[in-house]
Amino acid sequence: MATVAGVRRPIQRSVELRLDVHDRVDHLPGQHYVVRLTAEDGYTAQRSYSVASAPGDPLVELFVERLDDGEVSTYLADVVEPGDELEVRGPIGGWFVWDGASPALLVAGGSGVVPFVSMLRHARTTGREDLLRIAVSARTLAALPYADELAAAGALIALTGEQHGIRPAGRLAAHELIPLEEPGQTAYVCGSASFAEAATQLLESAGLPPSAIRVERFGPSGAAA
Amino acid sequence: MRQSDGMPGPTRGFLGRRRDRDARLPPGQYDAGTDWPVLTAEPTPRIAPETWSITVDGAVETPSTWSWDEAHALPRSEYRGDIHCVTTWSKFGTWFAGVSLDTLLEAARPTAEARFVMATAKTGYTTNLPLEHITGGKAWIVWEYDGKPLPVEHGGPVRLLVPHLYFWKSAKWVTRLTLLQRDQPGFWEQNGYHDLGDPWRQQRYQGD
Repeated sequence: MATVAGVRRPIQRSVELRLDVHDRVDHLPGQHYVVRLTAEDGYTAQRSYSVASAPGDPLVELFVERLDDGEVSTYLADVVEPGDELEVRGPIGGWFVWDGASPALLVAGGSGVVPFVSMLRHARTTGREDLLRIAVSARTLAALPYADELAAAGALIALTGEQHGIRPAGRLAAHELIPLEEPGQTAYVCGSASFAEAATQLLESAGLPPSAIRVERFGPSGAAA
Repeated sequence: MRQSDGMPGPTRGFLGRRRDRDARLPPGQYDAGTDWPVLTAEPTPRIAPETWSITVDGAVETPSTWSWDEAHALPRSEYRGDIHCVTTWSKFGTWFAGVSLDTLLEAARPTAEARFVMATAKTGYTTNLPLEHITGGKAWIVWEYDGKPLPVEHGGPVRLLVPHLYFWKSAKWVTRLTLLQRDQPGFWEQNGYHDLGDPWRQQRYQGD
């Protein structure tokens, strides 16, 4: 179980939940939690959400994108208040994780940035931000979760719906990723199925071997498998 | 990973969807309707059918490999029914076609000691299954969905299909089935997921 310690809505159609997880086991950056809701009659629904906080954070921060027909996300975004108890399970996942010690290229679309925020925050606490190269894509800056934090970390921000600085609106391009490549990097791609497909093809065209690319795709159903 | 502590009570204010639940829906699952979400851990490989083959090896009397054409010459077998993903979507009334694993195993002849199978995909993805769960008309390799070639994002040209277990067991882009005497964890199983994965018993994670 976890107690909701904080609820923030910094961008539209989403919520950041800060959870005090009882008997917590520290996560690795990139892992996720399952949140399970139970109705009065015993009916349950559960979904996976990536952790945005660093392992050293005393609270676990989950970022939840509100889907209009999302049974769990609408509850988390619209109903949950500080002090509520939530059933959570985690951390889960041992593949889409960063060890904190090897070079990584992080490529995200939209709320796919969440596991990378955990990696970035972890790198900041250990002084190893030099290991991370980050490229993120969203329609607008206002729709990009953790935009300020990513910009401050020097992330390449590609906006498809508006100009950003001197960069005109447009999809992420291979020539933008090439300068972010380093020898021995593992690439992590996280986003919708269509974004993940396009981004992995970009990385392969930019010369990365498929074996060095890890992918987390999410759809309307969550992000687990 | 840890277990949740005790049996939690209701979540304040949670109503959930309407409960006219379809009896085909295992606990904790919802009906994805016409959607078929794509969830994989590696880049999608492009495999030309001419270069694809399926091998059955390990604890078998006759290690065997079939090319695309050879596999298609085997008796066709179909599955019409439901599939269930551990990320909680289920899809009703799917229609797949390919070859029953019974046909492949009949030719390769598992040894008396064979108890498990490790399925391996072109990408290196692996998943482990008990032998008794892939025999007796319960598992296939399939190359057709809804009467059309299986799309690459869903594992085409050929994927494993074990529809009575969570769908991560139905390895996409499958190329090898290795019979084993002892169980070994596959890719997701090493990462905290259940060794069997029965959706009706909600065997999502190790310890369920």
